[in-house]
Amino acid sequence: MHSTPLKEHSMPQLGEIQRAFARALLDPQEAPVGDDPAGRPDRLRFAVYRNNVAVSLIEALEAGYPAVRRLVGEVFFRACAGRYAAQEPPRSPVMLLYGDRFADFLARFAPLADYPYLADVARIERAWLEAYHAAEAEPLAPTALAHVAAHRVGDLCFTLHPSVRIVRSTYPAVTLWRVNMSKDAPPAIHLDSGAQDALVARPGAEVQVRAVPPGAACFLDVLFHGGTLAEAAAEATSASASFDLTAHIAALLESGLVTAARLRRRRTQLPKRQSICR
Amino acid sequence: MPARAGVGLKAAHYREILEMRPDVGFFEVHAENYMGAGGPPHRYLAQIRSSYALSVHGVGLSIGAARPLDAVHLRRLAGLVRRYQPALVSEHLAWSTHGRAFFNDLLPVPYHAETLAWVCGHIHQVQEALGRQLLLENPATYLAFSESTWSEPDFIAEVARRTGCGLLLDVNNVIVACTNQEWQPLRYIDAFPLHAVRQLHLAGHATDADASGRPLLIDTHDRPVSQAVWDLYARVIGRIGRRPTLIEWDQHLPSWETLHREAQQAEDILNAFDAAQGAQHAAAR
Repeated sequence: MHSTPLKEHSMPQLGEIQRAFARALLDPQEAPVGDDPAGRPDRLRFAVYRNNVAVSLIEALEAGYPAVRRLVGEVFFRACAGRYAAQEPPRSPVMLLYGDRFADFLARFAPLADYPYLADVARIERAWLEAYHAAEAEPLAPTALAHVAAHRVGDLCFTLHPSVRIVRSTYPAVTLWRVNMSKDAPPAIHLDSGAQDALVARPGAEVQVRAVPPGAACFLDVLFHGGTLAEAAAEATSASASFDLTAHIAALLESGLVTAARLRRRRTQLPKRQSICR
Repeated sequence: MPARAGVGLKAAHYREILEMRPDVGFFEVHAENYMGAGGPPHRYLAQIRSSYALSVHGVGLSIGAARPLDAVHLRRLAGLVRRYQPALVSEHLAWSTHGRAFFNDLLPVPYHAETLAWVCGHIHQVQEALGRQLLLENPATYLAFSESTWSEPDFIAEVARRTGCGLLLDVNNVIVACTNQEWQPLRYIDAFPLHAVRQLHLAGHATDADASGRPLLIDTHDRPVSQAVWDLYARVIGRIGRRPTLIEWDQHLPSWETLHREAQQAEDILNAFDAAQGAQHAAAR
């Protein structure tokens, strides 16, 4: 069964075979690698691998973006996902989080130019997936801040739960996402029915997605980047005069989205950051 | 690990399994599906692990690639194994990475001296990182390489001999590869190092044809185990005795009952082996 070493020397190296195989997987114009039992090349045999790779990536995207799939339809989604997969093959064997640039791809995909809200729905789905797989962390008990003196509350910095994601949209993206996740026929949604920012988080077993009031996304962004409550509140109220700070802090704590709090010393304040709110 | 039939664990069945506590020998998970930082997959797996034996089946190490293993990925696998303490850990005789891309499929290798050196080196490294024996699975293949100088079972036997790894005999892959390569399944099994087999896999396949009309079986894991696979499985069990046996069903998932029935069918074959042994002993007395 063993060959002589001489035969081995005339053979292409394993790396060369795999390079040719990989090229042919990605480019259907390339000659297929490998033979049938009679020693002849066979396009259909190689096509099994090409198909396995393409279909598995499309299915991974289908699993991650069910609402977008419903919005554009299965046929269009699969074509579009195939295009994305060819441009952005996975870089990691951990496929759980494949598709991180899919929303940006949709935003730039010319055939979808008339459906600009799709990318925001995709961003909510991406945030959902990241929250689903995010690390666990114990929430801070709401009573843990009871000892903070009233005049120091503004100096508090919060560590948010690792699953917290914020998605901003100028469309009613949360409603669009929600109705397309339901099994029922989706009702008509007016695209000009108002901008919705989404707060996506998984403090416990289930991922929660909710539309947050104007200013809240700003508020969370500042906290997320290490700002104090006072800084976050200033940003939020400049974005929306109706922003209710007290209610928002209470809601954050009660929903388990804060995992740690510390007081920042006033003299070591960070330089004024550029506003991140629109 | 009980030498019984087990079932591939799927998210769609988590709740049902925890509520019904079905009597199955073990569950198997794909390692990469539990490499997220946290979340429901880990919550459910931890609960299920506390009541059942577990095997971890990797699909992404790319053991057959002509390049060093991904050290980060190997560390992730080692972390998962430390956390869940599975009874068995397995990977494939295949490759899936090239350049920066991961192909998410199990690609075939030619069986020659250079592949042997890469595969053995990688298995040594994995066994060292995990501090335990790895099981290597025989592949389902759709094409042959003129560069091959070993038969598949001889190549696998040599890998097992050099590395001390165990083997996962996927009986469906034997039927698929033998049909596609025009090999004889019984001769394949005769040449296969059965003494090193620690686990078996059973799955369903689809039937297609190549460009010249030769039958081409596709390893789809989307339907019941075929009769040819059951028959070959029974022969293998007749030769090596009871071994942990997994029903793999990854696409077009059936109800839990259907999956459980497939596992019971495997268990019937394991029990038939015991009965035959008992009858032999009784006859000998």
